[in-house]
Amino acid sequence: MAKELLKGNVAIAEAAVRAGLQAYFGYPITPQTELLEHMSARMPELGRTFLQAESEVAAINMVYGAASTGVRVMTSSSGPGISLMQEGLSYIAGSEVPAVIVDIMRGGPGLGNIQPAQSDYNQITKSAGHGDFRPIVLAPGTVQEAIDHTVLAFDLADKYRTLVFVAGDGMIGQIMEPAELPPMRQPAQTRPAWALTGADNRPKNVVSSLYLGAEKLEALNKRLQAKLQQIKENEVRFEAINTADADIVIVAFGTAGRIAKTAVTEARRQGLRVGLFRPVTLFPFPSSQLEKLAARTKAMLVVEMNAGQMVDDVKLAVNGKTPVQFYGRTGGAVALPDEILDQIILLDKRYPAKKATPNGQGVVISVA
Amino acid sequence: MVDVMMEKAPEKVMWAEKMVYERPAALSDIPTHYCPGCTHGLIHKLIGEVIDELGIRQRTISVSPVGCAVFMYDYFDVDGAEAAHGRAPAMATGIKRVQPDNIVFTYQGDGDMASIGMAEIIWAATRGENITVFFVNNAIYGMTGGQMAPTSLPGQVTGSSPNGRDVEMTGMPIRMAELLAGLPGASYVVRRSVHNIQTIKQAKKAIRTAFQVQMAGAGFALVELLSSCPTNWKMTAADSLTWIKENMVPYYPLGDYKVADVVKTLNNRGK
Repeated sequence: MAKELLKGNVAIAEAAVRAGLQAYFGYPITPQTELLEHMSARMPELGRTFLQAESEVAAINMVYGAASTGVRVMTSSSGPGISLMQEGLSYIAGSEVPAVIVDIMRGGPGLGNIQPAQSDYNQITKSAGHGDFRPIVLAPGTVQEAIDHTVLAFDLADKYRTLVFVAGDGMIGQIMEPAELPPMRQPAQTRPAWALTGADNRPKNVVSSLYLGAEKLEALNKRLQAKLQQIKENEVRFEAINTADADIVIVAFGTAGRIAKTAVTEARRQGLRVGLFRPVTLFPFPSSQLEKLAARTKAMLVVEMNAGQMVDDVKLAVNGKTPVQFYGRTGGAVALPDEILDQIILLDKRYPAKKATPNGQGVVISVA
Repeated sequence: MVDVMMEKAPEKVMWAEKMVYERPAALSDIPTHYCPGCTHGLIHKLIGEVIDELGIRQRTISVSPVGCAVFMYDYFDVDGAEAAHGRAPAMATGIKRVQPDNIVFTYQGDGDMASIGMAEIIWAATRGENITVFFVNNAIYGMTGGQMAPTSLPGQVTGSSPNGRDVEMTGMPIRMAELLAGLPGASYVVRRSVHNIQTIKQAKKAIRTAFQVQMAGAGFALVELLSSCPTNWKMTAADSLTWIKENMVPYYPLGDYKVADVVKTLNNRGK
């Protein structure tokens, strides 16, 4: 397939359609509305289900219902809507049915605004609802990656019977750039053994998150935790650029990571040994990879479009092995490469260099 | 009385072996957790019998509420989902939209539907979702131990209205059947009771029609059922049935509130 000029929201929607999406339920909210609009035209055209729900509360519970039948189903929203979905997210997690949620993040708290932000990091990686669960969270930095992550999200959701978030921001949702869509995959014709399809010549199936006995509920939680452990072992994704010899490593995801890449290029041009570490999975977080990097960097700079959320995970990962500084813009403001470069220069002056050690971390992409 | 009949029995062996009652196949062979005298079990039985009679057990999917009927999926031998509080109509919508050949029903109490789930039921009805809804109205929150429900009667003493429901403060109880009947999307909305043989028979008939509406693809069907809660009403089982008749029925009149033309056609076809 050839590259075409695509808007992020539309690209995600079409990628989901081509990943075999059977049903979409959603509610309009900026800056993701084009995604819902695309679904409203495409899904009926293909004889699949599209429904604009009366609220995000209803939308996520429709997702829960459709997911219970074993089909590929998704919804999309932004911060205020994700907050409303948390009840349903928790039930979906407790019932172990697969579902994909797209969060095109905007500035908060409250109604905030509709500008790009990364302020839902804590919400979706750590606290997507009541009880002990964590969704897989993928953080695209380009439209192409948003497409790829959307397809991957469905595969991971089915594989682990879990919630998977594609966490973009307003920039990813609204930007237009050349990208390639995947080939069309038809929705699966068969359903998993656990799905609700009618107890026709088989024992009945039940989809429930209710376990009244303490031992039974603890058993569920142990199963969920074991699954998370498996996910941590197998699904960590990240990109490392010029980290091999870096004195300073910038840690940033999504759009912030993309901007930081420009700052790294400029810093290298000025002779500073700077690299970029970009978590692609926000959960599972690439903690051990960061920890290894920390041993030979003189400092890390975490850049986010929020007041400092992922920085806590970076600090936990490096566990004091290197100083961790934070630079963030909030409220929809987006840092310019120059602002990040200023921070790099400050850090470079403040901290003495560590001895460089060889490494083999991640995908090392050289900066032109 | 049984003794008298037994004395006559030896002469009529056929009579002694005739099966006069069986647990519906749609109900699982396990005891329920419902309190003695509660009519949830009776309503389950009516639904189970109708599912059997219509031959739809193998394609039925139940959606349980949060409330006393939360374990309904255990009691019915059909595929079952357990919804979040009040969200059963949304969950049922999600199931039915991708599984149109299945028969999907929700079973919700008054707190679940008329309070926390008001938006979801209004919109399922408005869209004319092709689902069947059983609304069990016992004028109290049963599972949490007897607090005031949206359908508690004026002056009704509950755990959270110890001096009786003060309608100046809480508003009047909500009449769901009347409310939903006003929505163009609803095809069949009726209120029945289960406080005596006659009303039980009428209830079963309505339950049957509500499933038939869905089977014909004729849209949203809801049966409100006035039900008892002897434990939280703090009265005997017998008194609670009288209480339905004397206190609930006057405020919640039994009857057909919406029978769309498409449903009337169905009924005629059946006759």
